[in-house]
Amino acid sequence: MPATTKRQVHLAAQLPGIHNVTVWSDPRSESQISIDSFIRLAQTVERGKFDFFFLAEGLRLREHKGQVYDLDIAGRPENLTVLSALAAVTTHLGLAATVNATFNEPYEVARRFATLDRLSGGRAAWNVVTSYDAFTGENFRRGGFLPEADRYTRAADFLTTARKLWDSWSDGDLKADAATGEFIAAGTGRFAHRGQHFDISGRFTTPPGPQGHPVIIQSGESDAGREFAASDAEVIFSKHNRTDVARDFYRDVKRRLATYGRSPDDLLILPTANAVVADTDEEAAAYAEEISRELVSPQTAIAHLEAVWGRDLSAYDPDGPLPGIEPEDDAHFLKGHSVFRKGRAETARRWRKLAVERNFSIRELVIEVGGRQTFVGSPRTVADAIDDYVQTEGADGFVLVPHLTPGGLDDFVDRVVPILQEKGVHRDDYTGTTLRDHLGLSAAPRPAGWGGPGQPLRTGRDHDHEETSA
Amino acid sequence: MTGTTGTPVTPLHLAVALDGAGWHPAAWREEGARPGELLDAAYWADLVTEAERGLLDFVTFEDALGLQSAAFHRPDDRTDQVRGSIDAVLLAAHLAPLTTHIGLVPTTNVTHTEPFHLAIGIATLDHASRGRAGWRPQIASRAADSAHFGRRTTPQLTADDVADSELISQPLRALFAEGAEVVEAARQLWDSWEDGAEIRDVATGRFLDRDKVHHIDFQGTDFSVKGPSITPRSPQGQPLVVSLAHATTPYEFAALSSDVVAVTPHDRAGTAAILAQVAEAVERTGRDLADRPLRTFADLIVFLDDEPGAAARRKARLDEVAGSELASDAEIFTGTPAELADLLLDRRSTGLDGFRLRPGALPHDLTGITRGLVPELQRRGVFRTEYASTTLRGHLGLARPTSRYAKAG
Repeated sequence: MPATTKRQVHLAAQLPGIHNVTVWSDPRSESQISIDSFIRLAQTVERGKFDFFFLAEGLRLREHKGQVYDLDIAGRPENLTVLSALAAVTTHLGLAATVNATFNEPYEVARRFATLDRLSGGRAAWNVVTSYDAFTGENFRRGGFLPEADRYTRAADFLTTARKLWDSWSDGDLKADAATGEFIAAGTGRFAHRGQHFDISGRFTTPPGPQGHPVIIQSGESDAGREFAASDAEVIFSKHNRTDVARDFYRDVKRRLATYGRSPDDLLILPTANAVVADTDEEAAAYAEEISRELVSPQTAIAHLEAVWGRDLSAYDPDGPLPGIEPEDDAHFLKGHSVFRKGRAETARRWRKLAVERNFSIRELVIEVGGRQTFVGSPRTVADAIDDYVQTEGADGFVLVPHLTPGGLDDFVDRVVPILQEKGVHRDDYTGTTLRDHLGLSAAPRPAGWGGPGQPLRTGRDHDHEETSA
Repeated sequence: MTGTTGTPVTPLHLAVALDGAGWHPAAWREEGARPGELLDAAYWADLVTEAERGLLDFVTFEDALGLQSAAFHRPDDRTDQVRGSIDAVLLAAHLAPLTTHIGLVPTTNVTHTEPFHLAIGIATLDHASRGRAGWRPQIASRAADSAHFGRRTTPQLTADDVADSELISQPLRALFAEGAEVVEAARQLWDSWEDGAEIRDVATGRFLDRDKVHHIDFQGTDFSVKGPSITPRSPQGQPLVVSLAHATTPYEFAALSSDVVAVTPHDRAGTAAILAQVAEAVERTGRDLADRPLRTFADLIVFLDDEPGAAARRKARLDEVAGSELASDAEIFTGTPAELADLLLDRRSTGLDGFRLRPGALPHDLTGITRGLVPELQRRGVFRTEYASTTLRGHLGLARPTSRYAKAG
């Protein structure tokens, strides 16, 4: 096997388990909240030697017309708690949690990630997101509103603070020397930080885990977001999974790394993707079509249309044409769903045009704009496509989102992974123990306040990894 | 269950409080201690597995958002005692898949952490343990820890306050009141998804019955929470809330908030007196015990050895290493498992439901409990010989409550 110059495919799995990326009407769909589902999926992808397992976050249930949105799977755990449990039933798999920097404080978040890294033996990762969403903020003592501009600076200040806390214990501070009676070195854990958003000092409780700092993930795609990733992140999630756009994105982000003294391998670009695998390409295509229809029930199609139109469309036939009436500016219709935050009239115009051109019904239109499956085909077809994508520098790998909980990646792991291994582009077994090892990242964490006064942390992100479904 | 005299007896409940290398400050220097591993998963897995082997009701995990200190009210700079900790909820969750029956009760702060995060964390622990989660909410009594957050200040207690448990709690009254609101908000969030909210009705395309998922609209003195929870109702419905109380204000907190209250009497008369104070607090808050039972536990630090006198000698040796005699809020017991069994049964006759034992040194005094005390109590017919339920509420004979939002009938 010529394992020489081939680029390696990095694979991760996301379990949203919820919203309209996951089919619940299939008889094989099991609980999205039972610990058994999480264990099953984590152990499946560990069997497939994936780099990590990732959980998104949504801190308020979505609402439709002022009531809880009832058409999609809803209900999820607290991320770090469930990942700490999974650390006990996996041995190598990285464990990545989205944790919001708006509704938390650095001392506790830093402490919880240090805890997860210790409990997992060096497998923790943090997807740093912020929110300015007053709707979600109603669940928090802190309150909801963070001006959009401030959320960028808060994220940067939060991360700088967390890094100081992780660095507040040095190797050797924990002595535990029964003979001398010295348990810790004097002053262990002392820190002070004064920034735009955080002014804190004292002593930190928790020595860092094997990775020093957890792997930092971010998911912005704007210019500012790319710059933030280039300066501070080690993995960037992207929604660009069409090869042409993805290659431009890939080149652009990797190019920026040099500015910060980093090499292209210091930041991995992993688009979100899904894969539909069957015996033949034809069967897979038919199955993909079926999944799309199951994900968009007639009721779901109308609800999505209402989110854009901002008005009650329950009288419309999902199998009929799009409404002729114009959208209204009423955000009441689907809250907590960031996709339709802006541009109602423009979106409606675009959708109507598409429907006319392609002769789509409401439901067909919603299926179409909801996005197609990324990789569809026989195990060989899917493996070839993934390999080609990575070899041609469209991505460093993918975050796979299963369409079924918990068995949605069984086929991929059992049938596609062996072909990738045969091609020499995916590990036969783990060669390291930490997530940094799996990702090929340097063991040395980036120090707190990296960049120095002449090179401040860049800030800014227009897009986070909260609940978005398109 | 039947006692040796043939009369039916109520079974005794037993919990252990795990902290560091044990509750004696010098315990980490004992032979058999694993001082370099106190912040690692394997150490805790061994301890909790041992506690489960002893069929204990639950284990508690101490925690705080600041380093430990020998002083109750302020940080210290000592280097000769255990310092450093990991998040107790995450630790408990990690231990959940490694155990099957024992209850897992982490301590959390209810002064600095968002109530919503606390509620979903404990609910998730209940899912991860399939119904074995408890929660020990604790106010932040050390003012210096507030600087770790920089959002508020909390009262600085004085050395005089610390000398008396009633005096300690007076400046903290507002924090206790807020803590009770945090627990109430969490309880409402736990109920915000009724059982059966998930319907998966293909015909109507509905995954949820939205009439069974509720905004809580909780309005506290200084905070509000809209709800519903993002986490569906957990196996126990309401995870078990446990609090430790030494004075009037915390007794009232327990009467408002807790399913189990742990108290710290130092003798039989003191036990009866404290239970009377707890009963008065229950009365004042208007809690209906028939509807919401409150289990009472007494805390004890225990040093156990089979040979008479050995435990006292061991404790004296530890005191010498520490440089001072062990001082504690709880009564300190040294003796044999049989002597401890005598004491527990005597105290229990005042009306206690059980005991939370704090092992003086780990693992020695934990195995003293599981392999010495437990068999002794079993011989006397007052402790379970196998787990009869799989949930923590079940171990304590507490029913799974219906959601408060469910329509009657």
